[in-house]
Amino acid sequence: MASDQELEPIKNAKVLMVGAGGIGCELLKTLALSGFTDIHIIDMDTIEVSNLNRQFLFRQSHVGQSKAKVARDAVLRFRPQINITPYHANVKDPEFNVDFFKQFNVVLNGLDNLDARRHVNRLCLAADVPLVESGTTGFLGQVTVHIKGQTECYECQPKPAPKTYPVCTITSTPSKFVHCIVWAKDLLFAKLFGDKNQDNDLNVRSSDSANSSESAEDVFERRKDEDIEQYGQRIYDHVFGYNIEVALGNEETWKSRNRPKPIYSRDILLDKPFHQNGNLNKDSETDDASSVSAMVCLGLKNPQDIWSLVENSRVFLESLKLFFTKRAKDVGNLIFDKDDQLAVEFVTAAANIRASSFGIPMHSLFEAKGIAGNIVHAVATTNAIIAGLIVIEAIKVLRNERNKLRMTYCLEHPSRKMLLMPVEPFEPNKSCYVCSETPLSLEINTSCSKLRDFVEKIVRNKLGMNFPLIMHGSALLYEVGDDLEDDMVANYAANLEKVLAELPSPVTGGTMLTVEDLQQEFTCCINIMHREEFDEEKEPDGMVLSGWIQARTAENGERSAVTNGESTSKSSNTAVLEEENDEIEIITTEVSVIPSGAKRKLAEISVDSNSVNSLAASDLVSKKSLDHGDGNNAVVMIDDEELEGIKKKRLR
Amino acid sequence: MDSEELTEQETALYDRQIRVWGVDAQRRLSKSHILVSGMKGTVVEFCKNIVLAGVGSLTLIDDSPVNEEAVIANFLIPLGENDCGGKSLAEACRDALKEFNPMVRVSVEKGDLSTFEGDFFDKFSAVVVSGCSLATKKLINEKCRKRLKQIAFYTVDCRDSCGEIFVDLQSYTYTQKKLDETIERQLQYPSFEEAVSVPWKALPRKVSKLYFALRVLEKFEEVEERKLGEVSIEDLQSALKLKKEICDGQSFNEVNVPDSLLERLLQCNKEHPPVCAILGGILGQEVIKAISGKGDPLKNFFFFDAVDGKGVIEDISAQNSGV
Ligand SMILES: [Zn+2]
Repeated sequence: MASDQELEPIKNAKVLMVGAGGIGCELLKTLALSGFTDIHIIDMDTIEVSNLNRQFLFRQSHVGQSKAKVARDAVLRFRPQINITPYHANVKDPEFNVDFFKQFNVVLNGLDNLDARRHVNRLCLAADVPLVESGTTGFLGQVTVHIKGQTECYECQPKPAPKTYPVCTITSTPSKFVHCIVWAKDLLFAKLFGDKNQDNDLNVRSSDSANSSESAEDVFERRKDEDIEQYGQRIYDHVFGYNIEVALGNEETWKSRNRPKPIYSRDILLDKPFHQNGNLNKDSETDDASSVSAMVCLGLKNPQDIWSLVENSRVFLESLKLFFTKRAKDVGNLIFDKDDQLAVEFVTAAANIRASSFGIPMHSLFEAKGIAGNIVHAVATTNAIIAGLIVIEAIKVLRNERNKLRMTYCLEHPSRKMLLMPVEPFEPNKSCYVCSETPLSLEINTSCSKLRDFVEKIVRNKLGMNFPLIMHGSALLYEVGDDLEDDMVANYAANLEKVLAELPSPVTGGTMLTVEDLQQEFTCCINIMHREEFDEEKEPDGMVLSGWIQARTAENGERSAVTNGESTSKSSNTAVLEEENDEIEIITTEVSVIPSGAKRKLAEISVDSNSVNSLAASDLVSKKSLDHGDGNNAVVMIDDEELEGIKKKRLR
Repeated sequence: MDSEELTEQETALYDRQIRVWGVDAQRRLSKSHILVSGMKGTVVEFCKNIVLAGVGSLTLIDDSPVNEEAVIANFLIPLGENDCGGKSLAEACRDALKEFNPMVRVSVEKGDLSTFEGDFFDKFSAVVVSGCSLATKKLINEKCRKRLKQIAFYTVDCRDSCGEIFVDLQSYTYTQKKLDETIERQLQYPSFEEAVSVPWKALPRKVSKLYFALRVLEKFEEVEERKLGEVSIEDLQSALKLKKEICDGQSFNEVNVPDSLLERLLQCNKEHPPVCAILGGILGQEVIKAISGKGDPLKNFFFFDAVDGKGVIEDISAQNSGV
């Protein structure tokens, strides 16, 4: 390995690392030790306390500083003679364009979210630079290699998408704790403390029509000369008492379900005076707004404890009060943030009271925070292993040892004796809309959907484009950019509000649209097919994109939008960025997601290839085997039957 | 402060890993004491991992001086700054490791591990040795086994792009979670000496070829009185000769110990940093499992080879052989 000649490609390589988090710290260290001398690193994040248990290049004193910069300084301490160029920036920023990517011999991802991964994938394809991609969850991890035209790209296979819940499950018929969390966070918290102009389904299912929901609106407004304690109790009684009574009136709903029980504050807090041993008044003057805590005021210490209904009710009322008294200036523009203690306390209490009403087990603040904040399970050891594997693949890429490239899975339980399992990379998926030129098709009602719906739901959310340009033949319908003329901007703004069929260049059934992202240098064509009706629950977007590889949903609290609630998913997309490498993608061999019989070939992973079928699904399933797997993670899964099929195919 | 409960500071710092292994495991970790000997690249990686994980204390042994070769795969000590004020390798590592986690006590023990009395080991929950001779491995392993207290024993070594971990948990009981059931499981581990004494012919088919190749090299270094890794391609002929003797001695088919593999292992004796990271990661997880009682511990060898990319567990014991 270490002869000078063999080290040459490493020494001369210019590599780009995207992400300086859990994997990133380990990767930067291992690259430096392995003899890399020119490393560029992009990360938009700053250091947090909860990073310190595994992001070993960072110390307490670095909290708040740029990860990319601190990581660089830390590595230069033990390898002062190498060059590390940090960028405290978002990889999606326009400066990181195709030309920027072209200067590198290989790109190494240690990212934390799907959007950025897709973005980097497209830039690597456009710049024709090999990409080594990675991810970890708990003890599980994986490393994959993507080279244009030779192996599949990152988007050739389906990716776990955020789990969304039907709106009525959240508003009326929760059956799991996560439903209560989504309700507490995306509806109640948003309603009380968030932007008042946002759509909110909190009262949407009360059976009557317009006038009752109008009066319901008023319920959440604090009345003149209503003291804060009265207000809190009124909100409490409305959402946990009155709303449940209203829901109970809908007999149809409860035929096959357990009936919830309404909860009123007076019954719970009966002869338990609201004001008690808290130190609120004592310390109130010195409290800095960010450290306000209902738990502290109520003398609750251990975040691992599950509070009683009485305690939850107190936390609910106390945290609501603290928001209006200590953080009044935040009210009206708050977005849930897992690092906002008071917000977590409120959401935990509200979710628990609701859970209690519906007979769902209550959870501790620690657990509720994990679900609400979509906190990934992360340990240092897995990141270290994955970083080692990334470097091994990167070296093969640089030495042009293309036939030796592997994708490697780090498992919690051995499969055929292996904890680290290498698999030959797959060929590009011929119908991948990203790396092949296969057109997509879109079923949409062209006489009532607006261009805006198409841009938001398809171009941005599904295709992951940031700077889209939409063309019908040679006619430009829409474009995003900094250097547009004013009249163009006005023109596009007007187009956004138009129904597709009424655009200057009408879009109807049979139209072929070209959608391009100028930064990603990525283009795809979409066949438009007119369809009159869509199923509200199953097709909430009111349009269906096919040919696009539908992502499988991961059970996931954070990014759960309530049906088409664009507002919630937008705010949470940004929130997710601060966490680290989350999803393990699904290695699926399901034929349904790979059109036209393009069955994947499980590579020869050892000489004794005829034991491939012993690679049972159970060996690889991650979540169930994690003690604390509470539904935040995607699953590594290989379909047993399918492997059997592959084996037969290969033996032929 | 109440030692039964994690402090607020600990809960905040260890938040993400508590979500993986739970509060009880974290508490057990914080009461554990780990001894490592031989501050090579894999051990440095391992130390980083368990200091971050929050063990109670870590004791380092390595009196060798800090020089260029010693820090080739070591990110604790700046390359080029070889003097370190006359500190030993262990002392220089200690200073850097301390910074990783102020809640872990990191200290240095001076002297030659093989001369330490048995009761020295009583302080530790786990002992990890690296870079030592076959005789020392066996000796320390036996010393740990003779104590009343169960002390987990590990060896870890990296030779170029290949690596090996050995685990001896003696008699280890833990609860295994399968879906909703919990099953009490007991594992019996052989000592290093017992494991390597199992006749090769009696081992299951398809045991990693690295196992045999590393035993040949280990034996070679012992008869030649070399330190671990003090070999080169010049030694190929003598090593091949020894391999033939060992195989013939137990009527074992030589093709299971490919010449090409021995040649590769002799060609370069430096540690390959990515392989150190991988071994240090796997070993870190194993020690955490053993201490916390969470998860299935590996029994009893782990091999990694960057060339084929496989990380394989082998059970080398009389139980699992045709003896
Ligand atoms: Zn593709």
